[in-house]
Amino acid sequence: MSGVGRTFADGTAAVAGLDLRVRRGEFVTVVGPSGCGKSTLLRLVSGLDAPTDGTMRVARDRLGYVFQDPTLLPWRSVRRNVELLAELEGVPRAERRRRVDRVLELVGLDGFAAARPAALSGGMRMRASLARSLVLDPELFLLDEPFGALDELTRERMNDELVALFTDRALTVLFVTHSVAEAVFLSSRVMVMSPRPGRIVGEVSVPFPYPRPPSLRFEPEFGRVAARISALLRVPARAGWEIPA
Amino acid sequence: MTAPPEVAAVTVPASSPRVRAARGRLARPVPPLVTFAVFLGLWYLVSDVVLDTDRRFLLPPPDRVVTVAFLDPVNRAPLLRGLALSAAIAAIGFVIAALIGVALGTAMSQARWVERSLYPYAVLLQCVPTLALVPVIGFWFDFGFASRVIVTVIVALFPVISATLFGLQSADRGQHDLFTLHGAGRLTRLVKLQFPAAMPALLTGLQVSATLAVVGSVVGDFFFKQGAPGIGVLIDLYRARLQTERLLGAALLACLLGVAAFGLFGLAIRLVTGGWYGSSLDRPR
Repeated sequence: MSGVGRTFADGTAAVAGLDLRVRRGEFVTVVGPSGCGKSTLLRLVSGLDAPTDGTMRVARDRLGYVFQDPTLLPWRSVRRNVELLAELEGVPRAERRRRVDRVLELVGLDGFAAARPAALSGGMRMRASLARSLVLDPELFLLDEPFGALDELTRERMNDELVALFTDRALTVLFVTHSVAEAVFLSSRVMVMSPRPGRIVGEVSVPFPYPRPPSLRFEPEFGRVAARISALLRVPARAGWEIPA
Repeated sequence: MTAPPEVAAVTVPASSPRVRAARGRLARPVPPLVTFAVFLGLWYLVSDVVLDTDRRFLLPPPDRVVTVAFLDPVNRAPLLRGLALSAAIAAIGFVIAALIGVALGTAMSQARWVERSLYPYAVLLQCVPTLALVPVIGFWFDFGFASRVIVTVIVALFPVISATLFGLQSADRGQHDLFTLHGAGRLTRLVKLQFPAAMPALLTGLQVSATLAVVGSVVGDFFFKQGAPGIGVLIDLYRARLQTERLLGAALLACLLGVAAFGLFGLAIRLVTGGWYGSSLDRPR
């Protein structure tokens, strides 16, 4: 993405002058305050929305997109929900069944295939939502604050699972969050966004190798990386690109 | 001999959830029954105490209504024939209204211009007094079965249109985005997302429409006056002859027909959406 901007019909600019490059196999997280246009960024990348300025190139042919809400269909069972995207993409029935079984086991929902979403906890619903995207074996995985509504413990568990998933598969991930700790724990690179109109004000690479153990969160180096990101978040939008020492 | 070992009696405490649930089920019909008893009491009070014998025909007591209108076979026969006719008109009118209403509502949901060009007239149709339409429909289609069905359709149509339109718009943006991302066409979106999401609203709309169809069939019949007598014509006849017992009997039958339609849809709503929709509404009041 270079110089990408999106201005809405009412004149507000959600994002402006965005430059972003995500390479295959990277886990890039965008952190920023609420309302800075993080979700708009993902909508642009996914093709759900089109930029009003700038140019972008995205390999979208195998895209997985997990929204802030689980957006499960309440009238379908967990199994039928997880099956949905494969159904829309025309995957044959037998193949669909095989893949659904596999991802349900992967996210630990194999015992709940027949349950309706209303009977699940928030964390389980998010797992079902993840499973639904994984059924299509995505190469580029977009996650829009997927764990924002979960409690701290569940969120950490889901983060551990996501890291394991990323380590196992050849995924490219673009993740959006406002939690600095989550960003550091998950990503290989963190981009920091300014308040609206959102621009990238800094970039921090995270040196820890994958797979990452849960204990990583308590390493002193983890704290130092998090501190650098927090400092960037506090830089006023106009200050631009320089990274504080 | 030693005493047999004491068997600990397992008692369910009176306040256990199961007992409370059972008690709740038993207690459920109590409030409406009390209301009914009070209503009957007031009715008897007016019939037997307030009205003197000469004016008792204005409101005969409930038992007289039952004896005269329902237990006397001579009176019962025309009432049941009228009920059958009105029920047939209501049912046919309702089915036609449901088909047209769902079709129009779906068309409106697909294109803004269709909605803008049709919806105001649907509202207008809903607002036209039935009384004003009856003579015109009578001129065009005669005063028989077909005209009565048409009046019923007009009366029952609007709730289906608005419920369909509202229901089809009730899927949220995230769910639509998901379908957009994975290349779903209009039809797939309609069948797999919008119609299932519309079911609670649509069935409630059909429930309202079904009771309106009963009202429409009786009111249309009442105004047409000619042709085979349904409940409406009978009501007019008994009114003219001051046969209040039969008049009230006819009204009661029309009412029961409406309640039956309502109940049938209540059941359908529970069967279709109970598994996923109703559960979220089970909050304490």
